[in-house]
Amino acid sequence: MTTSAAPGHVPQRVPRGHILRYTFRERLVHWLAALSYIYLLLTGLAFWSPWLFWLAVVLGGAPVSRMLHPWIGLIFFAGIVQMFALWASQMGITPVDREWFGAIGHYIRNEDEDMPPAGRYNAGQKLLFWGFMFFGVLLLLSGVVLWFPEYIPWNLRVLRYIAVLVHASSAMATIGLFLIHVYMGVFAERGAIDSVIHGDVTEDFVRRYHPGWYKELVNSSTPRK
Amino acid sequence: MSQATLRIQKISGHAGSVPGEDTQREPTLCKLIDTTTCIGCKACEVACMEWNDLPFGETVFDNTYQTMPETRWNYWNLILFNEHEREDGTLMWLMRKNQCMHCADPGCLKACPSDGAIVQYTNGIVDFQQANCIGCGYCITGCPFNIPKFNPETKRVYKCTLCTDRVSEGLEPACIKSCPTGCLHFGTKDDMRELAATRATQLRDHYNFPNAGVYDPPGVGGTGVMYVLHDATQPELYGGLPKDPHIPWSVQLWKGPLKWLGNAAMIGGLIGLVVHYLRFGPKTREEDLEVPHEGAQP
Repeated sequence: MTTSAAPGHVPQRVPRGHILRYTFRERLVHWLAALSYIYLLLTGLAFWSPWLFWLAVVLGGAPVSRMLHPWIGLIFFAGIVQMFALWASQMGITPVDREWFGAIGHYIRNEDEDMPPAGRYNAGQKLLFWGFMFFGVLLLLSGVVLWFPEYIPWNLRVLRYIAVLVHASSAMATIGLFLIHVYMGVFAERGAIDSVIHGDVTEDFVRRYHPGWYKELVNSSTPRK
Repeated sequence: MSQATLRIQKISGHAGSVPGEDTQREPTLCKLIDTTTCIGCKACEVACMEWNDLPFGETVFDNTYQTMPETRWNYWNLILFNEHEREDGTLMWLMRKNQCMHCADPGCLKACPSDGAIVQYTNGIVDFQQANCIGCGYCITGCPFNIPKFNPETKRVYKCTLCTDRVSEGLEPACIKSCPTGCLHFGTKDDMRELAATRATQLRDHYNFPNAGVYDPPGVGGTGVMYVLHDATQPELYGGLPKDPHIPWSVQLWKGPLKWLGNAAMIGGLIGLVVHYLRFGPKTREEDLEVPHEGAQP
């Protein structure tokens, strides 16, 4: 069962009746980005609001947070780049995805049987992906300006003015994506969080949430039987 | 510390009330700089370094009398020189002592995320507390006058304190003390305003400066440093003094509407997710899960 695998994937044994959803490399990249994002989120929120400034104190003091935030940001961006390399080719928006967005009301009401058949990634996941790609780049660009404000000459101060706005609003956008992502993965879709830790999901999970992908897998593996 | 705390009316990055807000009636202090009687001797520059014990830095010669292009973390007081040619071909030598303006509505303080790193005392002095500074440099972005300067070694930001240590002992700031021509004045804002208006009138009526006036920009709520200018309609001539300074619009947007919008969206989003879970629950319940059957491997 290696159909799902990205190039260079190390074969992995999965329990009977399970399907490998995320390769080791995919899981590694996911958690590199996830953990660095959580650090950035907490320290970023500390700088965002005086009411959350204590977060920076808990995380080793605000000067330390200010010093580490940009470096962890670079790690996060490395994760973003890796994700792009791994998944961009699978994230194209298809006609089924457009239908999926049209039927999102059913998805919200857990009427998954009424949804158009999603592939390996449903349209919502693709939106999450492209959202993080887009805002990730904006956060990097504005973040570099905020990293070294003292080197931005007075004539170019408009760069700093743009950067504070872009950094904060892009961060807000990713927080929205992040909250929904965590909610879906941990609470709404049972099995999703396990899949990104151990790599496999039950066949039932794939049939239920990614019927398009299930069909692909069955078709491609039939000749081998 | 407790007494000092009581004398603070604004605190950066601070959640909750401010101890000294509206607790006492202390007159707002103000420095008045009469550029028309400044001779550019730089005694104020030296006095500032001496009193504040600032380490010496190299000067930069740029074919003018100016010590360096702009203030530094260890050079808070700098006279800016400008040779200005008037319409009639005559030359005017404009000199302006540049330092922190001690805005009533300080952009540095508004932009600062660190609790207590920037404070405004009830006498109007805006002061940086380096012990609480985290070195983010947001104050550099918030200031419309290009004043806060970053020290890469200590990773803290510094600027003129209006000699708050001297002022709290009833002394005038070091620069005022050193001025040989009396172009620098120090007192309550009301007194300085009156003195400045008198001087401006004198310049208009008796010295042929019809545009003479006082610089006390309302865009930042007025400043704790006022200037008398020969030509108040063109403050830019005096080393780029902004005509209508205000806290940058992006900082106002960031610390105003964007903040409330962002907070509402985050809190609303969290509430929305909890409500969704209570209403619809997980997509799969344990009893729905199919037991994987034998030989099901696709």
